[in-house]
Amino acid sequence: MNRYSRRTLALELAMIAAALFVAFPLYVLVNLAVRPSSDTSSPIRPTSSPTLDNFTQAWQQGSLGGALANSLLVTACSVVVVLAVSSLAAYPLARITARWSRGTYLLVLLGLVLPFQLASLPLYQTMRDLGLLGTPWALVLFYSGLQVPFTVFLYVGFLRALPRDFEDAALIDGCTPLQAFRRVVLPMLKPVTVTALVLNTVAVWNDFFTPLLYLSGSAQQTMPVAIAGFVGQYVTDWNLIFAALVISILPVLIVYFLLQRSIINGFAGGLRG
Amino acid sequence: MPALLLFAFVVLAPSARGVYYAFTDWDGLSRDFSFVGLGNFSDMLGDADARQAVWHTLLIAVAITVVQNAVGLALALGVNSAIRSRNLLRVFLFAPAVVTPIVTAYLWRNLLGPDGAVNSLLGAVGLDSWEQDWLGDPDLALWAVVGVVVWQFAGYSMVIFLAGLQSVPKEIHEAAAMDGAGPVRRFWSVTRPLLAPALTINLMLSIIGGIKLFDQVHALTGGGPGHATDTISTLIYKDAFTLGEFGYSIALAVVLTIIVAVASTGQYLLLSRNEKAAS
Repeated sequence: MNRYSRRTLALELAMIAAALFVAFPLYVLVNLAVRPSSDTSSPIRPTSSPTLDNFTQAWQQGSLGGALANSLLVTACSVVVVLAVSSLAAYPLARITARWSRGTYLLVLLGLVLPFQLASLPLYQTMRDLGLLGTPWALVLFYSGLQVPFTVFLYVGFLRALPRDFEDAALIDGCTPLQAFRRVVLPMLKPVTVTALVLNTVAVWNDFFTPLLYLSGSAQQTMPVAIAGFVGQYVTDWNLIFAALVISILPVLIVYFLLQRSIINGFAGGLRG
Repeated sequence: MPALLLFAFVVLAPSARGVYYAFTDWDGLSRDFSFVGLGNFSDMLGDADARQAVWHTLLIAVAITVVQNAVGLALALGVNSAIRSRNLLRVFLFAPAVVTPIVTAYLWRNLLGPDGAVNSLLGAVGLDSWEQDWLGDPDLALWAVVGVVVWQFAGYSMVIFLAGLQSVPKEIHEAAAMDGAGPVRRFWSVTRPLLAPALTINLMLSIIGGIKLFDQVHALTGGGPGHATDTISTLIYKDAFTLGEFGYSIALAVVLTIIVAVASTGQYLLLSRNEKAAS
């Protein structure tokens, strides 16, 4: 297995070809984003006189700064709330074996199957009645509940595989259950928390349908909605659109490449949940 | 518990109300609406667009599931080998999976256009005859959507398969090789059974994601040309927000829920039986 044979070389070349296939659209994306709209040569030919004008123009005209701030706000608040409430809820659900506990857990798991399209339309009405429509708080509220089933599912799976001995010792030493949770269990939950953090952040940041519904008609936007609006407005000026796409992708990819190990492990970690 | 309250408030209660609205002619705004029984559902049977959307949804879900998992597994096996670039490739191949789907979809909308980069590339390598208006051709558009989703998420399947592959102990492989099993035989008899949990997760994720698919269709084709790529999700959106038929739209969401429920429980039962048989 450790020899580097001719077959390994062939495999290496095939895999690099696959990676180039993945990279090709990204090459075109950047190539067209730095191209002045007067340049109409083939999209795969490297741009002869690259410019950054498209970026400044896209940033100003698409009000992408505000959208970026909203996306950050909504994602940060939702993820913090979801992780806090879900880990607290998962603890009794994983530890108490009474019938009500099992029943409640099944009810939560039902949420994994319900597509959000079913809830989102009636909730639209509720949000309007509450006056939250068109504000980022509607999104925070929605995601905080929407992501609970999946997050609880991750935590319960992890907790059930965790030995109880440490908590039992803490309880014998006079901790209340809440203290035992905070001081003993919580530190042990770090791996699953990383997984839950990564998956929830990506899900909330990338969601398009919900802000499309709950923010429509308002000046508030998240990044995906701002991009969609931008494409609709500048539909023929693809160089400008591509600059906007690059602006929206860049922060995500920077974070990804900086934290790639934790992020990939986070995604793979769902496996053991 | 606050988690349960939040969950009940934004998921359970509205879903229950949704099921109720599915039997009404609610328009989304007014307080008064009437109960129409199974009216929305019988309308659906007579609605060629709705029937087509259900068919497209199933077709897309199955195609994505098969292709994405096949590609993902192939990539995982490649990255799990002795090649030198394996760590770099793993990071690289997974990268599209973290990017916002609506953004990659807009990117591909341009690439797949008549003057787009895909056609330029085909022309550059002498395959001019393959050049197409990929998203404008009703027979091709659906497959173009599938291709874009697979491009983005094959790396996701890869990462999960890879975690499964790395849980296969090396000793078992070496023992099997010693007993004279070739690479194909070793994959089938040693690796495959131990990949069962990874396969379960991957199939679940891709089939449910495929059934609910909205963003990519909305951005790539808007359901067109005509209704050639409309899925249940895009129809739900159009019926509610461009036609104002909330009752009918929610009835479609109920159908979507039933399909997701049947697909996921069916798959769960089937695969948990296989997992048991394999272990």
